[in-house]
This record gives sequence, C-alpha cells and structure tokens, in this order.
Amino acid sequence: MKKDHKLVRMWKEGDWDLYENLNVYTGRPEKKNRKLSFPPAPMPETAKAQTRAFYRLFTVLAVVLCAVLASSLIISAAVMPQFGAVDAPAVNQVYLRYADRWLADTGATNIVAGVILNYRAFDTLGESHVLFAALCAVMLLLTDCRDDRKSITRHEPLFNPRKDVIITQVVKILIPLILVFGIYVVLNGHLSPGGGFSGGTIMGAAFILYAAAFGFEASERILSPRVNKILTAAALIFYSLIKSYSFYTGANHLESFITNGVPGRIVSAGLILPLNIAVGLVVCCTMYGMYSLFKRGRT
Amino acid sequence: MTEFFINFPCFSIILALLASAVSTLLGKSAARRLTIIVCALIFCASLCTLYHVVCAGESVTYMMGHFPAPFGNEIRFGIFECIMAATFSLVMVLCVIGGAGSVIERIGGFRQNLYYIMADLALASLLALTYTNDIFTGYVFVEICTVAACGLLAARNSGKSISAAMRYMIFSLIGSGLLVLGIIFLYGITGHLLFPQLKESVASLWASGQYRIPLTAALCLLTIGPAIKSGLFPFHLWMPDTYSTALPGSAGILSGIISKGYIVFMMKLVFQVFGTEIFFESGISLIFLVFGICAMIFGSVGAIRAKSISRMNAYSSAAQIGYIYMGMGISAEIGMLAAALHIICHAVTKSAVFLSSGELIRVSGGKSDFFSLQGAGHRAKLAGVVFTVGAMSMVGIPLTMGFITKIYFARAGITADGMTLAVLLALAVSTVLNVVYFLKTMIRIYTPQKVGSQEHIVTGAPKGKMLAFSGLVLTVLNICLGLHCEPLVQLLRRGIEMI
Amino acid sequence: MIHNILHNYLFWVSMIIFVIGIFMLALDRNLIKKIIGLNIMDTAAYLFLGSLGYIQGLSAPIFTGKTMGQTGSELFINPIPSALVLTGIVVSVSVTALLLALTVRLYKKYNTLNLDEIIEAAGKEEDDD
Repeated sequence: MKKDHKLVRMWKEGDWDLYENLNVYTGRPEKKNRKLSFPPAPMPETAKAQTRAFYRLFTVLAVVLCAVLASSLIISAAVMPQFGAVDAPAVNQVYLRYADRWLADTGATNIVAGVILNYRAFDTLGESHVLFAALCAVMLLLTDCRDDRKSITRHEPLFNPRKDVIITQVVKILIPLILVFGIYVVLNGHLSPGGGFSGGTIMGAAFILYAAAFGFEASERILSPRVNKILTAAALIFYSLIKSYSFYTGANHLESFITNGVPGRIVSAGLILPLNIAVGLVVCCTMYGMYSLFKRGRT
Repeated sequence: MTEFFINFPCFSIILALLASAVSTLLGKSAARRLTIIVCALIFCASLCTLYHVVCAGESVTYMMGHFPAPFGNEIRFGIFECIMAATFSLVMVLCVIGGAGSVIERIGGFRQNLYYIMADLALASLLALTYTNDIFTGYVFVEICTVAACGLLAARNSGKSISAAMRYMIFSLIGSGLLVLGIIFLYGITGHLLFPQLKESVASLWASGQYRIPLTAALCLLTIGPAIKSGLFPFHLWMPDTYSTALPGSAGILSGIISKGYIVFMMKLVFQVFGTEIFFESGISLIFLVFGICAMIFGSVGAIRAKSISRMNAYSSAAQIGYIYMGMGISAEIGMLAAALHIICHAVTKSAVFLSSGELIRVSGGKSDFFSLQGAGHRAKLAGVVFTVGAMSMVGIPLTMGFITKIYFARAGITADGMTLAVLLALAVSTVLNVVYFLKTMIRIYTPQKVGSQEHIVTGAPKGKMLAFSGLVLTVLNICLGLHCEPLVQLLRRGIEMI
Repeated sequence: MIHNILHNYLFWVSMIIFVIGIFMLALDRNLIKKIIGLNIMDTAAYLFLGSLGYIQGLSAPIFTGKTMGQTGSELFINPIPSALVLTGIVVSVSVTALLLALTVRLYKKYNTLNLDEIIEAAGKEEDDD
C-alpha cells in the first residue's frame, strides 16, 4: 500500500510515467523482437497514382452496387402486404390455430411462450446452443493459452475494485430485489411476458453487479468457474434429453405422460416451466461467464 | 425393424448437441474420444437411415413435437439428405482423428476440449441443416455453424489466425444478414415457415404475379446469402488467409464440410421452397453459372500464383466450389447430380489434401513455402502418397473420384442449352490450370534435396498413426469411389428426384 | 399504391436502417464500427420481422382471462413473429459477443482497430504460436 501511495505521488508530480512503466509494474516481461512494422512504409509515386485510380474506380463501382442493393431492398419492402392488414398472408391457418387452440394444445397463457417452447421447441434448442457456442468460442479466444495460474493471480488486484461505500451499500439493497425479480420472470414465463431468456438475463445482471461492486473473490464464492460450468452443462443436457423425449413421443404418435395442467397455475403448461428454468440458468451463467471473461480472462 | 431407424436423424442431432454439452465437464483426451465415438455413431446411424429410406422408396417426414406440419417443427430426410449426412459425419470423424496430433501440440490444456465442443456443435448444425424442413430452424443452425467455424479457426492462438477468423466472420455475417432478410421477406408474403407450405404459396404467388418484387428479392437473398457464406467467386477472399493459418484438422473440416453444409441447405431451398422451375426461370441459375465459371478460372489462377502450399490448397478450394455452383446453374437433373457428386468428392478429397499438407509442412520445419517443401514427400512417405492421390482427384485423373465428377459435369454441360461451349471450355481450361499447380507441387515434394542443404527440423512429436489412419481411409475411399461409383450415382439420382 | 407505401412506413424505414447497417459491416475500416453495423443490421431485420405480426385493432398475445366470449383470433396479434424475434435477438447477442472477443484479442496484439493495418501487420509477421 505504501509503495502505491509513493508511486501515485510521483505520478502526480510528473516524475513517473505510467505508460512507460506499465510492464515493470505488472511484472510482465516486455516483449522484444516484435516483428511489426507499421505505420507501413511509404509507397513510391507511380504506385500511388495507380492505387488512386484503382480506388476511384472501386469507389464508383461500390457506390453503384450499394445503390442498387439499397434501392431494391427498400422498394421490395415498400410493396409488401399492408402493415396491420387483417387479410395479410401472415394471417393464415397457422395463426388461426395458434390463436384459437393454443390453450388446449400447450396450456400456457402466454402464447409466445407456447410457440417457442412447445410448437417450435427445436428452434429454441438451437438458440440456447448458439449462446453456449458463443460462450465457448469467447473462452477459446480470451483465456490464457498457457495454463499458468500464477500469471493470472498476479493480475487479480488490477481487476478488483476498491470497496466504494456508496456502491456497496446500494448494491446490497438492489441485488436481492433484482434476483427475486429475475426468478419471478423465469418462473412466470408461461403466464405473463417473460420466460427463460429475459429472466436469465436479469439474474445474470444481478451476478454481474455483485462482481462489479464487491470483486470477483466475493462473487466466486457463489458462482465459481466450476459451478458455472456444471450448471450450464447440466441445464443444456436436461433440455436436450427432455426435448428428445418430447420429439420421440411426438413423431411416433405415442402419448407422453406430461399433461398440460390447469392454465393459470404455476405448475402447468407441461414442459414449459422446466424448460424455462433450464434456459434461464443457461443464460444467467453465460452472461456472467462472458462478463468474467472480458474482464479478467477466465471464467 | 427398420421402422425404428426413422428416429435416428433426430437422435443424431440431439446426440451431437449432448456431446458438446457433456464435453465441458470432461478432460481433454476424454473429450476427443467422445467426439470421435459420437461422430462414428452418427455415421453408422445415417447409413441405417439411408438403408431404410432406400427400402421405403420415399422420403420420411418426422415431426419434432406433437404437432404436424404447419403448426410444429419437422425434419425430412430422403436419400440425398442421408448420403450428405453420412459424408459430413465421416469426414468430420476422420478430420478429428487426423488433426488430433496438431491439436494436442498447438492447443494447450483445457482449451482442447473447447475445440472438440466446437467440432461437435459444427456437426450438429450441419446435420440439422441437412435434415431441416423449416426455414427458420435452418437459420438458427446456420448461426451455430458460423460460431463453431470461428471457434475452430481461432483455437490456434497466433495473430494471423485470429485476424483471418475476423475476416471470415465479417464475410459470413454479411451472408447471414442477407439470409435472414430473405427469410423475413418470404414469411411476410407467404405466412409460412415450413418447406411444403412455402412451396405451395410460392408457386401460387409466382403464377399469379402478386407480390412479384418481394418474391424475387426473397429468391435473390436466399440464394446469395448462403453463396456468400460458402465462398463463391467474389466472396472467396477470406479463403486463402483462413485455410492457410488454420490447424490441418480445422482446415479439413472447414473446407470439406462446413462450406458444403451451406450449399446443401441452399440446394434444399431451391428444390423444396422455390422449385427448380422458378429457380431456372428467374435467372438466378445463370448468375450461379457465370460466377461458378469465374471462380473456377480465378481460383486456379490464384493457386498458380500462390507462394505456399496451404494458400494453394485454399485457392483450389475456391475453384472447386465454383465447379459445384456451375453444376447447380446448368440443369435441374444432371447438373444438380454432378454438383451433389462433387460435394461428396470434394469433402473426401480436400480434407485428405489438407491433412497431408499439414504433415508435409511439419516435416519441413513448420514452413509452408514451396522452397522448404522440397523433398518432403521422401521425409513423410504416407503423407506424400495421400497428397498425390488427392491432387490427382482434384485434377480429374482416371481411377479417382474426381474423374467421375468431371465426366458428369461434362455430361451436364452437353445438355445445357446455350451455355454448352462456355461450360466445356471452362472445364477444359480449369483442368489444365489445376494440372499446372498440382503437378508443380508434386514435383517439388518428390524432388530429393541437394546434398548439404539446410537441415530440416521436424517440429513437434509425430502422431503418425492417427494421421496415417485418416489419410489412408480417405485415400482408399477416393479410389474405391473412383473405380465403382455407379451405386452412389444411382442413389443420388433417386435422391434428387425425391427431394 | 402510394397510400399502401406510406402505410408500410415501418417496413421500408427498417430497410433503410438495414442497409446502413450492412454497409457499415462491410465497408467500414474500424472494427468496433463493423460490430455496431452488425447490430444495426440485425436490429433492423428484427424490427421488420416483428412489425409483420401486427394486426389492426388487436392486442398482445397474453391471455388475461377477460375474453368475454371472443375467440383468440379476435383478440391477439400474430405470435409467430414475436417468437422468431426472440430467437433472433439471442443469436445476435451471441455473435456480437464473439466478434467483440476477436476485437479484444486483435487490439491486444496489434494495438490498432483498423482492419487494413491489422491484415498488413499479420501478413508480415512469421508464424508464431
């Protein structure tokens, strides 16, 4: 601590350049022999004239192409069926079936939840896996390639905030409210607007706020990397298995033992509630994992 | 008994997705073994389904959920879809086995099982694209495929591969944006998302002339979007950087099956949403023909000018994609048959070429330029043989599958009305250009090095057996199909009629 | 015809926004602007899709119990576009996260956000791992 104060004083007085000393302070070895050479070497005059002519031609062609693309798209959109028309092509038998018989088919009072988790559940299966794929790809990109735990922990103090009184006190009040609201949105996905995706995002936001205010040590006690991984994998496996049962019974015209229940109750709408919970968990862990990855390079 | 096989496509997709989720919890070698087992199982499952569909004689529609066609999701598979799924899973398992050595060497620790998660997700999305009967499901799995392809590319941590991955993503996302816009236009004017209903609506709209402008816009967007993603002529600029900096296994997966997945999806759109009459009447087929021919010529010219073997292979991929698009643009029966045959041929051949090139580069001190590769065929004998057979197939020498596909392209060209001369000329010119660069490379790798020239450091530990296995299997498959392709051709012909 | 076009203002305005987005994605040299362009493009596409579901005079597709004997098709708008937009937003977020991670890596390595400079610098450096 004393050393920090001395450095801060020296920096304020202009005796110590932060940028130059960054490598020294963090202990990272300065990378020598960087084989980069920009700004690029200046071009000879003839080459410059040729590239200028090429760029003019390229600009003209690009503008023409862009104008063609833009105008065709705008005209196509303008002559679409009238907005809000009752006899639009989209108002067809599919709409009538969904609007009239959805309660008997799905048991959920929120029609959109019924559509995404019952009628078109395969799309939602793919969608949760897009989120998972993005998390894994971000992990591939941002985690340290060497398994060097030492180099990571040495940087930790840089990423943990100083405990600010206002933030910590306000966050202490807010987080329970946010979490409860998130859980409410997930559980009520089939009864009112909400569902796994929005509720999961709210829950993830609560965890991100906690990590931002109290530091990663505190948030790791609740949502450590291992728990994060296990929750995501378990939720996705649960979703796939349950939905494969539903697909199998549906395609082979078998009766599945899952009933739709009484609409309006929490425990109703067949599989929609468990699937919403699974999706909520996946989204929550993914959001928190991405925040953690971007902030400090590991989940 | 074979009735149970109709569940296999759904199970394959779910199995691949499950494998990706489970792989987060496993260690690195367990994740690799799981991927290999799952891909092999899916290959066997596709063969079983193919057997069932051939016996049944018509395509099977499988409800995903409890609601039939326009109200719920569906997948549909006939002979064509099962053959494509079998090809994709076979090439995936061989690329994972063959590329395992370089993955162990280049990717450290827990990031290895992230690599295998990406491979599982790529296979799941390719299967879903092949089997889908719904256009929006196709879009969601196209996005999974894009993210998985980026993950496979960016796994190798060097700056070059990450900047190549960024360029690939930008091109790919332009394609996705156009694809989703096409889907939205089509939904706006028809109100349906499943292929059978879409086909009826589109046919009636085209006949009546109502909403002609949005329909044409949707047709253009839905064909140009996947074309951009798979790397047709002006949009192939990402290929050289991407394939040359990727790991050999990743390059094999990307060039062999991921770009073909988009082409198969577009073929399904052409057959099952628009119908071949509209496709050929509207002139999109002509655009494909022209750009395919340009891709064949410019890709081959780029390959001749390439300075390293991996960039040469990448430009050669761009040229071969041009062949497929040219075939699609010629005619609905023979042209599409030739294109489908070439999809299988290129998937099998290009992955073998990339895997063997990776090995040749490894025994040349990690350098891929032609000067360092001199004599590599003697240092790595099996890789040299695999590369030679692959090169012969790319050129179209008899005894390999490439020869059969070139015959079918020529046959299709003869039946094309008006464009026969252009097609046959393009085939001839591109074959000659292919010979130039492949022959040059083969001579290079088999010329023994001069005595006293630079010692070549063999980088990394040899994982020879796995690479040898996949290389051998791909080569043997190539030659077998080259000698005895009739059953496959007949099956594909029936399959295309059935789509 | 003109009345129809004016009435469809949501559609062609969303196309203008889409076109702005796709040109930013394709032509801009700054990586962050490309990502912003991608988001603009996707948002415009989902605006277009969501507005396809509207039916004049009807309200949101949530059953509140106060139906008063009307069938669903007299009360609710089309739920399908809303469901598709839900899926699309998640896909858009995932792809944006991936692109941002790529940008962070590229910036750490090359210290620039200009794609041309990055490609040039990457082309010059040797294959290091």
